[in-house]
Amino acid sequence: MPKPEILDPQGKAITGALEGLGFTGMSVRQGKRFEIEIDGDVTDEVLAQIRDAAERLLANTVVESFEVVAE
Amino acid sequence: MTKIGVITFPGSLDDVDAQRAVRAAGAEPVALWHASDSVDGVDAIVLPGGFAHGDYLRAGALARFSPIMAAVADEASRGTPILGLGNGFQVLCEAGLLDGVLLRNAGQQFISRPQRLRVETKDTVWTVAFERGQEITLALKHGEGNFQAPAATLQQLEDNDQVVLRYLDNPDGSANDIAGITNARGNVVGIMPHPEYSVDDVTGPSSDGRPFFESVLRFLSVRA
Repeated sequence: MPKPEILDPQGKAITGALEGLGFTGMSVRQGKRFEIEIDGDVTDEVLAQIRDAAERLLANTVVESFEVVAE
Repeated sequence: MTKIGVITFPGSLDDVDAQRAVRAAGAEPVALWHASDSVDGVDAIVLPGGFAHGDYLRAGALARFSPIMAAVADEASRGTPILGLGNGFQVLCEAGLLDGVLLRNAGQQFISRPQRLRVETKDTVWTVAFERGQEITLALKHGEGNFQAPAATLQQLEDNDQVVLRYLDNPDGSANDIAGITNARGNVVGIMPHPEYSVDDVTGPSSDGRPFFESVLRFLSVRA
């Protein structure tokens, strides 16, 4: 997700479009979701690897934050 | 003759234009391929505009892991002049060789127009041939040129004289009207507008792009 202090042009445009449709009182921020399938069990080690992948490639941590959720 | 390498990534568009601008300035352009692990001993490097790797994930995010980027980082740390133009600026930011990030334009539209700019510093290897405060016009064409960085980073860029170009009428929402920056050492510069499209009056909005290439040749001739 874009960090709260960083301008989110896409979220802002979507917020405006929703207002146009009558969905008032909503403020949208747009992020990304990556679904990652793992061979075998989701261990702590696997989660640590995914966090590393998020740090290095999936997110730009200058302006984005991320969380890793196992389902 | 001074050799200036121009890296072609899959999806680069402006590599041949950059080579042409290098030749017009009196240097020898050297085509470099992103999958190489060497920059072939060139004296300076240009990362051209376009959509490297389709701009998938984020602009520049995949290109920064192209094999040649390890050699580019090595050259950056040795003081070799490196210039990122448009997409090349985005790649340098993703690679961590320059601060900040370039987000979608605030107005969501791709912008293509001649752009008025002010040169804020001549204290980089790519801008020594300008005057501080000089107003110029360059071709601009981008959808993701909205420069943003944490407040502390912006302050640092301002305090250290690392803002290279500023928009006179901000087209894309960039923080502090920033159109281009340099690293602390002044050898790595990234700008969103396109000097390689602005080297002669017949094919561009001006010839104001020429001094970028003349600057690096002047710097290299003094250093040699």
